[in-house]
Amino acid sequence: MLTLLGVGVVVLGFLLRFNPLLVIAAAVFVTGWAGHISLVHTVAALGHAFNQSRLVSVAFLVLPVIGLLERAGLQEQARMAISKIRAATAGRLLLVYLFLRQISIAFGLQINGQAAMVRPLIAPMAEAAADTHGGPLDEKTHLLIRAYAAATDNVGAFFGEDIFVAIGSILLIKGMLDQAGFPVQPLALSLWAIPTAILAFVIHGARLLLLDRRLAREARK
Amino acid sequence: MITLEHVYIAVGLVFATFSVLSALDTANRKRFGNAAFWGLFAASFLFGSHIGDFANGVLVILLIALGGLGALGQSHPRTTSPAERRESAKRRGLTLLLPALLIPVVALLGTFTLKNATLMDVKILDGAQVTLISFALGVLAALAAAMLWLRPPVAAPFQEGRRLADSIGWAAVLPQLLAALGAIFTLAGVGHAVSQVATQFIPLDQRFEAVIAYCLGMALFTVVMGNAFAAFPVMTAAIGLPLIVHKFGGSPAIMGAIGMLSGFCGTLMTPMAANFNIVPAALLELPDRNAVIKAQIPTAIPLLIANTLLMYFLVFRF
Repeated sequence: MLTLLGVGVVVLGFLLRFNPLLVIAAAVFVTGWAGHISLVHTVAALGHAFNQSRLVSVAFLVLPVIGLLERAGLQEQARMAISKIRAATAGRLLLVYLFLRQISIAFGLQINGQAAMVRPLIAPMAEAAADTHGGPLDEKTHLLIRAYAAATDNVGAFFGEDIFVAIGSILLIKGMLDQAGFPVQPLALSLWAIPTAILAFVIHGARLLLLDRRLAREARK
Repeated sequence: MITLEHVYIAVGLVFATFSVLSALDTANRKRFGNAAFWGLFAASFLFGSHIGDFANGVLVILLIALGGLGALGQSHPRTTSPAERRESAKRRGLTLLLPALLIPVVALLGTFTLKNATLMDVKILDGAQVTLISFALGVLAALAAAMLWLRPPVAAPFQEGRRLADSIGWAAVLPQLLAALGAIFTLAGVGHAVSQVATQFIPLDQRFEAVIAYCLGMALFTVVMGNAFAAFPVMTAAIGLPLIVHKFGGSPAIMGAIGMLSGFCGTLMTPMAANFNIVPAALLELPDRNAVIKAQIPTAIPLLIANTLLMYFLVFRF
């Protein structure tokens, strides 16, 4: 039971809003101590796991090219292009992006949407669409729209990716079930991910349309 | 053959240039803090596979010390003015979107065509990592196209990249650190302890109770660990297989598929899933680092309820 102490450190640390890096370091050493792992072994395990998980940071490779295009006015171009489309509202634009993100990842397109799409294109477009329809909105509303853009990318990616058979999570489920004596086909797992994908689109999509109504209310004020 | 190691070297070189440019940036009061932080991160990518676990661990602790104790400052490298950007956008038109769209296009084409491709009987790339390598190729293609077309100063992509990296700051190492914490939890047997607590104190005599415990457990454990992949083996061994499948005769495939997706609902709600929730908030320059999570919770909770009901109505039927 003592090993759960590390979980407590994380929860408390995040609630008290300490710097997350320090919270994690504390949790690592508390857990190592509670689990009777020597200090040297704990440091080595930390290094090993950090090194093994470098693939999550490959996404940062995109920063120079996005920065370069922003320098040449990419965000401004995205804003100008969308404000010419009268039917485009922030909610509808994000709804289209949600659909495209779900479909493309279901067919295996894996990109870091947050760095490659949301920051340079989707978020500025959504903000510009809202400004065109509701007149210039205040800073708080702009921040809200940006947060919705990032959220939409996550929802689309999470609830589309399991429809693709060769994705990590499907292989993990298959491996676990195979070991337990229930051999399953990846395709069967992908198939049963479809109902949730549809519900995710309906629920988040409805919230995006509600966002439009909220923005319209803000604009009238 | 191109492997993940080559991609790591490319990432390492990018961060190494950020480090050097940071050190030369006399306008930033904390320039040596930034230089050390990005330099260590670069070293992890360039040499991490060769220096051994303990040295990597020391490197991580130095990164934590620099990032956690406020050694980094936001830099403001010289860039184009808003007016220049608007003028450039007007002059270049929609073509400006093309290099950005080149990234997903190359990533998708690469994923489909390069998995088993050979050149003079030598495999072009490691098929197991085809999606990540194709993404990296897409980025390089976009960078080359943008450099040839826009003809900016040679240092421009790295100065602009450094500006974005600094706005992410210490949060850049958070995803890897949280993954490492998950590994330490596993090593110490945290998952086992959680499943003991879960099965000891919750009565699970009914089908519906077992399904609720499994789906909710997946989401909650994912909130704590930041990763549904860490929660899945624990909850499936503790509740999914013994109760839903063995005791009540549910379908393993449906349990596994919807169980994992219940975990993803948890991912939407936790700061522990830093690469999805915290890094994007920094990237979009949102002052509230939990703003993305707040925008996701009203989707995550109804979807979790929907998943639980879906599993209940499907898992015993097929």
